[in-house]
Amino acid sequence: MPHAALDLNTPTADEVKTTTCYMCACRCGIRVHLKDGRVRYIDGNPQHPVNRGVICAKGSAGIKQHYSPARLSKPLLRTGERGAGEFREIEWDEALALAAQWLGDIRKRNPDELAFFTGRDQSQALTAWWAQQFGTTNYAAHGGFCSVNMAAAGMYTFGGSFWEFGEPDWELTKYLMLWGVAEDHDSNPIKLGLGKLKARGAKIVAINPVRTGYGAIADEWVPINPGSDGLLAGAFIHELLRHDRVDLDYLVRYTNAHHLVIRDAGAADDGLIARDAAGHALCAARATANDSTDGGDKGAGTILARADAIDISPLVVGEYILADGRTAVPSFQLLAERFLADEYTPESVSARCGVDVTTIRRLARELAETAFDQAISLDQAWTDAHGREHASMRGRPVSMHAMRGISAHANGFHTCRTLHILQMLLGAIDTPGSFRYQPPYPKSAPPPNRPGKSRKDNGSLDGGPLGYVQSPEDLLVDADGQPRRLDKAYSWQHPLAAHGIMQSVIRNAWAGDPYRIDTLFMFMANMGWNSSMNTMGTRQMLCDRDADSGEYRIPHIIYSDAYLSETVAFADLVLPDTTYLERHDCISMLDRPISDADCAADAIRQPVVEADRDVRPFQDVLIDLGTRIGLPGLLNDDGTAKYPGGFAQYMVEHERAPGVGMLAGWRGADGSRSGFGEPNPQQLKRYVEHGCVWEARVPDAARYYKMANRDYLAWAKSLGFVGSTEAIVMQFYCETLQRFRLAARGHGAQQPPESERERVARYFDPLPFWYGHLDSSGSAGEADYPLSAITQRPMFMYHSWGSQNAWLRQIATRNYLYLNPRTAGTNGVGDGDWIWLVSPIARIRVQARFHSATAPGTVWTWNAIGKRKGAWKLAAHAPENRDGFLLNHLINELLPSERNSPGCANADPLTGQAAWFDLRVRIERDPTPQVDGHRIEMNETRAMR
Amino acid sequence: MTSLPAATTRKLGLVIDLDTCVGCHACAVACKEWNDGGSFGPLPDADPYGKEPSGVWFNRVHSYEVAGIENRESGVGEKRERLVSGLAFPTPDSPFPVPEPSARPIPDSPFPIPAHAMSLHFPRSCLHCETPACVTVCPTGASYKRAEDGIVLVDEDKCIGCQLCAWACPYGAREFSAQRGVMQKCTLCVDRIYNETLDEADRQPACVMACPTRARHFGDLGDAQSDVSKLVAERGGYALMPEFGYQPVNRYLPPRPRRDASCAQAQPAVEAIDTAQLSPLLRWVDRVLSR
Amino acid sequence: MRPTFSIIFFTVVSGAGYGLWLLVGLAHALVWPGCMLDPATGTVDVQVSVCRMPSTLTLAWAAGFLLVSAGLLSSLAHLGQPRRAWRALSQWRSSWLSREGIAALLAYVPATGLFLIWLGQQSPGHLVPALILENETLVRVTGALLAAASVVTVFCTANIYACLKPIRAWHNRLVVPAHLAFAALSGMLLLWALAALPRWDLMPAAQETVWSVLLPFAVIVLAVISAAIKLAYWKQIDRPSGLRTAHAIGLDALGNVRSFEQPHTQENYLTHEMGFRIARKHSRKLRMICLLAGFATPAILALLALLLPALGAFAAWLALLAGMSGIFLERWLFFAEARHAVMLYYAAHGD
Ligand SMILES: Nc1nc2c(c(=O)[nH]1)N[C@H]1C(S)=C(S)[C@@H](COP(=O)(O)OP(=O)(O)OC[C@H]3O[C@@H](n4cnc5c(=O)[nH]c(N)nc54)[C@H](O)[C@@H]3O)O[C@H]1N2
Ligand SMILES: Nc1nc2c(c(=O)[nH]1)N[C@H]1C(S)=C(S)[C@@H](COP(=O)(O)OP(=O)(O)OC[C@H]3O[C@@H](n4cnc5c(=O)[nH]c(N)nc54)[C@H](O)[C@@H]3O)O[C@H]1N2
Ligand code: SF4
Ligand code: SF4
Ligand code: SF4
Ligand code: SF4
Ligand code: SF4
Ligand SMILES: [Mo]
Repeated sequence: MPHAALDLNTPTADEVKTTTCYMCACRCGIRVHLKDGRVRYIDGNPQHPVNRGVICAKGSAGIKQHYSPARLSKPLLRTGERGAGEFREIEWDEALALAAQWLGDIRKRNPDELAFFTGRDQSQALTAWWAQQFGTTNYAAHGGFCSVNMAAAGMYTFGGSFWEFGEPDWELTKYLMLWGVAEDHDSNPIKLGLGKLKARGAKIVAINPVRTGYGAIADEWVPINPGSDGLLAGAFIHELLRHDRVDLDYLVRYTNAHHLVIRDAGAADDGLIARDAAGHALCAARATANDSTDGGDKGAGTILARADAIDISPLVVGEYILADGRTAVPSFQLLAERFLADEYTPESVSARCGVDVTTIRRLARELAETAFDQAISLDQAWTDAHGREHASMRGRPVSMHAMRGISAHANGFHTCRTLHILQMLLGAIDTPGSFRYQPPYPKSAPPPNRPGKSRKDNGSLDGGPLGYVQSPEDLLVDADGQPRRLDKAYSWQHPLAAHGIMQSVIRNAWAGDPYRIDTLFMFMANMGWNSSMNTMGTRQMLCDRDADSGEYRIPHIIYSDAYLSETVAFADLVLPDTTYLERHDCISMLDRPISDADCAADAIRQPVVEADRDVRPFQDVLIDLGTRIGLPGLLNDDGTAKYPGGFAQYMVEHERAPGVGMLAGWRGADGSRSGFGEPNPQQLKRYVEHGCVWEARVPDAARYYKMANRDYLAWAKSLGFVGSTEAIVMQFYCETLQRFRLAARGHGAQQPPESERERVARYFDPLPFWYGHLDSSGSAGEADYPLSAITQRPMFMYHSWGSQNAWLRQIATRNYLYLNPRTAGTNGVGDGDWIWLVSPIARIRVQARFHSATAPGTVWTWNAIGKRKGAWKLAAHAPENRDGFLLNHLINELLPSERNSPGCANADPLTGQAAWFDLRVRIERDPTPQVDGHRIEMNETRAMR
Repeated sequence: MTSLPAATTRKLGLVIDLDTCVGCHACAVACKEWNDGGSFGPLPDADPYGKEPSGVWFNRVHSYEVAGIENRESGVGEKRERLVSGLAFPTPDSPFPVPEPSARPIPDSPFPIPAHAMSLHFPRSCLHCETPACVTVCPTGASYKRAEDGIVLVDEDKCIGCQLCAWACPYGAREFSAQRGVMQKCTLCVDRIYNETLDEADRQPACVMACPTRARHFGDLGDAQSDVSKLVAERGGYALMPEFGYQPVNRYLPPRPRRDASCAQAQPAVEAIDTAQLSPLLRWVDRVLSR
Repeated sequence: MRPTFSIIFFTVVSGAGYGLWLLVGLAHALVWPGCMLDPATGTVDVQVSVCRMPSTLTLAWAAGFLLVSAGLLSSLAHLGQPRRAWRALSQWRSSWLSREGIAALLAYVPATGLFLIWLGQQSPGHLVPALILENETLVRVTGALLAAASVVTVFCTANIYACLKPIRAWHNRLVVPAHLAFAALSGMLLLWALAALPRWDLMPAAQETVWSVLLPFAVIVLAVISAAIKLAYWKQIDRPSGLRTAHAIGLDALGNVRSFEQPHTQENYLTHEMGFRIARKHSRKLRMICLLAGFATPAILALLALLLPALGAFAAWLALLAGMSGIFLERWLFFAEARHAVMLYYAAHGD
């Protein structure tokens, strides 16, 4: 009898609990199967809108992360030197008292002396609020080093974003162009979507210097040279314009392409949009029989009309005379002039992009053919924001998705805007088959919330520390135009830094540029390793002492991590967090919700197992600390703690505005309301009953044209996503940028300091344009550093955390430097050789491997596989620290060439987005290429600066 | 019993779509996770946090590159189809010719573009062969093929760990666990697919449920009417290395023809605005738009 | 394939053991009954010594026993669950390993028979009834059975490898003959060496001469045959397989498919067991050494012994030393040079 002992009906679990995965930021729904009090296995929740039951490698391996030996187990107080990793275990009471003392003193003295930076992204609704109550402007999350270019360009252009706030129409698109995407935050939805596209036979084009992952299954791979996407997209625009393959009707309906732009060189409003007395934007339109000519008809049959008027026939080219006699032109004309110029012909961009002319022409043609010749129409009646009814929805089945390949360059903001313009010209934003917004987006472009600037009587900031500046008046600068924030966000160096500039914090705090702080409080960011540039320098800065006083230049560092990461060693006080299976979390509509294009959704995480160590959820700790130092909003009127039940209670009871709380589902006393409503004590229970997720489906008639769809806007308003049901106008022409440029030209009360004028005037162009690398390699030019060096996310690892995972690290314990065999040949490198990779600030010894599907001008590696010895409870000579490496050692955190603007971050000049992928390197041969081992050698002159 | 069943009525197996697989390793880890705690577990790891971590996996994902092939002229899938229908499989003595890598330089560019290199991901697990030697070589009867559904299993209580079956498998589907002293392999999640304590919808292999691109399919390949059989018929699904005569049940779906430059028609002569001539903007002067 | 010491030791040592037993068995079957001298009188005493085993053969039997048993024990060491080894006897209908196990155990039966006969001779009439001792047919049959069982066991062992299609170098017609030849050769070398040891019995002078000529001569013949088989085998396995990664993944048409990333960056069971590779240069050198040590040296020494009988003992032991190291090397190469088809999935370039 074969296999006598085989029982096919073994119950797999005593209990199954749902929660939300946090092995990455995709936030899939998971089922945790528990047996004998332990996690037996974790699988995807089939009912969950994000992942529909599928689960990635990281998600399945969550079990190993949860039981990782590298988990912290007790608060730690530093006993040795910083960086040495010598600690004493202390009780929570002592830890919290100490932190409360440091923070309390700061708050009394000057709240800005606290820099509170939270790397990861799922608690911002709480942490930002906490910082606001504390009153520090020095708060940010990880967006600055991640993809703020993508977010900001999208929000300023069309009130949405590729990054998390939108998606291709997976059901209907016929053509998907992926720009610089390896994995994205939307990991599982994108994979599900790609699977659908493949099954349907839609064409997928991957524009990427490297072909792996998603690119592997793409129909076509366009091996582009890094940093040149703006040129390629510009050439597509050129081709579309030249062949008149643009959707002008779409443009005049949904964008400001017809808005008139004042042409009055030297004037304070040059380049702004012409408005009538009441402030309504104007356009030129064809006169009809009914039009009286007193509206300022300055040409045969044209009138000036309110640009938002309906049933007019706007003009997109021509020069028109305004009521005051000045001239103005439709913004479309300005854009057409720019992109029809020789600069953007396929011939001009081909060499820089590394894409041949015929391919550029063909791809542009394919975009147009799909958008226009294969347009689709949905049998779905809808009503536009002006109340006009339409029998069907026309679709342009071309979609695009872009990520850090675009955003992690210093030209990323404009490149991303170029892509959005390209989408608009194709009429392919939120139409059937194209890119689609995910609720609560679209919002007005940009959204109205500005960063808080001043402190109220109770010490709190008058607004959230992060927001969208609309004009120079909103910047956080002092009377001399110098930065008020430690990271220099919202300063003239990076005015649109909507997510802050986390990667600048340590360097600036160390350098006292613009000022010194007392306490650096970090949460869930491995700044001592993979999220810093010039990593070795950064590690030195964290340990550096003042020559005079002998004190650390950054006096206090508090850090909350759940694991023994590289950064833990640098903290004075370590607050150990739980794992994601041991706590409540809130994936809030106020932060980065999990909606897809057809439903608004938020979610929670619930503790599915009890912590077996002396650890506390960071959110509870933050509320506790805030209560101890008496932050407004955390105490009752009688001075007692408002949320003794910690974060779980806060999630339910805290109200941002009356009726608005952390969670949108099951609000109101009886749980019957969505979006608005008083707190419901049963709310968490309801979430748990529903797989820890709440969804609200977008009504059928509201599914597309969300920016101008009455049903959608009304629905969104009812849920509190938008303030009014007025149509949202896409900013084809970005007037906000022009306001900054005008300031740089000497207009207005807020003007940049002299050192920044030129930069601001150059980069604050209201129309997108392309520029090459800001010179991050110092005086040395491209000739000295002929190769681009970039990284990619491995699909099975999440940044630095994965290496403590017994299963994931078996897939990759170390990384290699991949390069095209041709590039290797030119540099005399053999497959498997150890070589030196050299940048102006350091050189690292890495092992090279051939990869044909890499553009020859590019070398690359998987991100954050290399680990520091001593971290993550790995063996001393684990491959991660012996052979694995980070490119970060080579990346300069400053721009040496920006001499006029000292201490300027190696970042996008508009948004402060870290320019990780602008790194240029050269290869040097090693005398013993067969000898294993990674090494880092800093350039003597350049560790700390 | 080591002797193979005469013929199995059902042939349960997997169909893996190489056209869609992005190489994410989700299937491999989900498999490891399910089986580690399942009836056939644990799947031990050696030196998990040390210098040479390794462990037992039932499913491993390879990444390949196809260098320098000009797959522009005709799609990969087409070639494969032609191969399947027209030609015999290559015998050891008649390997296919290796195309020379080629690259087209771009004028003025310091770098030539790489020839149209492909990346390909390839998950590998037991194929539940119909006549596998892994079963017949087994001296103990621990390895066996189930008559009812064709699943090839190892009875760990009988296995002596001689590893002969691993040698006999050309597909690398068997992994010996030194810690446990027995051979382990993909079970086609037999402890899931029949498990009545699970919801009906969950009675599928862990790797199939996990696969985020849905590139993995599970079903009865012995039933011509099953979804998987139809998929195989439609997409030209094929068995791996049939020359060994093991008759794998699992099928792989070849990459579809890639629609890149090769499929593009010649550039039609479109009337374009000649930017060198009169102002291109004139074209839009007379355009009547509606808002 | 990774050369694992326990398996190499097992196949070489038990091979030698069975080689010896083959010779011991053959001797009993064909030659010995009735040809011994009475140690007391120095004459043929048909009455007493019908089946007296010459002391060399006694030694050979014992050595065979030791080698076979040590080999089998070492093969157990290779098992993950040695205590369940008995289960390996159950699948003789399909499994060569099972058959080998059974054959190996069965070989102990005639071997024990011969042992009992020998024991009986030590104290005639006590342990074993004279009737049996004096039954020449029985002795011959027992000998023949031992010879047959030895051959069958080695044949099964060889077939364990030869039946494995995924390993081209093993799935080869010459593998079985080679194993048999090497077993015989090593047995013969051993016997020759044992014959050179001092004996406690006497042998007719004529037989002494035959003995000292026959053994070296047989060594030469077997060495030449073994070498020829091995040379032919190497020639065959050196032919390129033509198999490439593209073929293994079923996409031959793609042509140049190369492993970009293996499933795991560190070694795993498969790469460890089956990924073992030896450089061509290396294997050439080792093959030469193997030929010289394993076949040429014994043959030359045997020739020397024929020409200069005085050197016989020395030559025999030297030949054994050289021959066995050559055969060990041969067996190591048998593994090291064999490539498993699964490695196509791992190969950076085809096989
Ligand atoms: N060269 C290069 N560098 C890069 C990038 C790149 O592409 N190339 N990418 C950049 C980008 S986009 C990003 S987002 C950053 C990411 O860089 P980081 O934000 O530093 O990301 P992680 O490595 O994930 O580190 C997060 C920390 O959170 C800890 N952690 C994990 N789970 C928990 C928990 O539950 N509670 C607490 N308190 N802590 C926890 C981890 O142990 C780890 O120390 O890296 C940036 N750096
Ligand atoms: N598995 C996993 N998933 C993750 C993460 C993780 O660590 N692991 N991290 C999460 C985080 S924080 C983020 S920000 C997202 C990031 O998600 P992605 O944006 O997908 O992140 P990267 O891996 O940095 O991918 C950048 C891609 O752009 C390409 N690229 C680089 N430069 C250029 C260029 O100039 N032009 C073009 N066209 N392409 C270029 C690179 O080759 C790479 O393929 O992923 C999230 N998801
Ligand atoms: S993509 Fe994977 S790791 Fe990220 S949330 Fe989803 S299952 Fe978890
Ligand atoms: S794939 Fe290998 S292990 Fe699975 S049945 Fe076939 S031969 Fe046996
Ligand atoms: S290792 Fe186990 S299953 Fe494999 S052949 Fe040996 S006894 Fe059979
Ligand atoms: S069927 Fe089950 S055992 Fe087999 S590879 Fe898939 S998950 Fe693993
Ligand atoms: S889970 Fe699916 S997409 Fe990912 S590697 Fe496995 S088969 Fe490929
Ligand atoms: Mo990120």
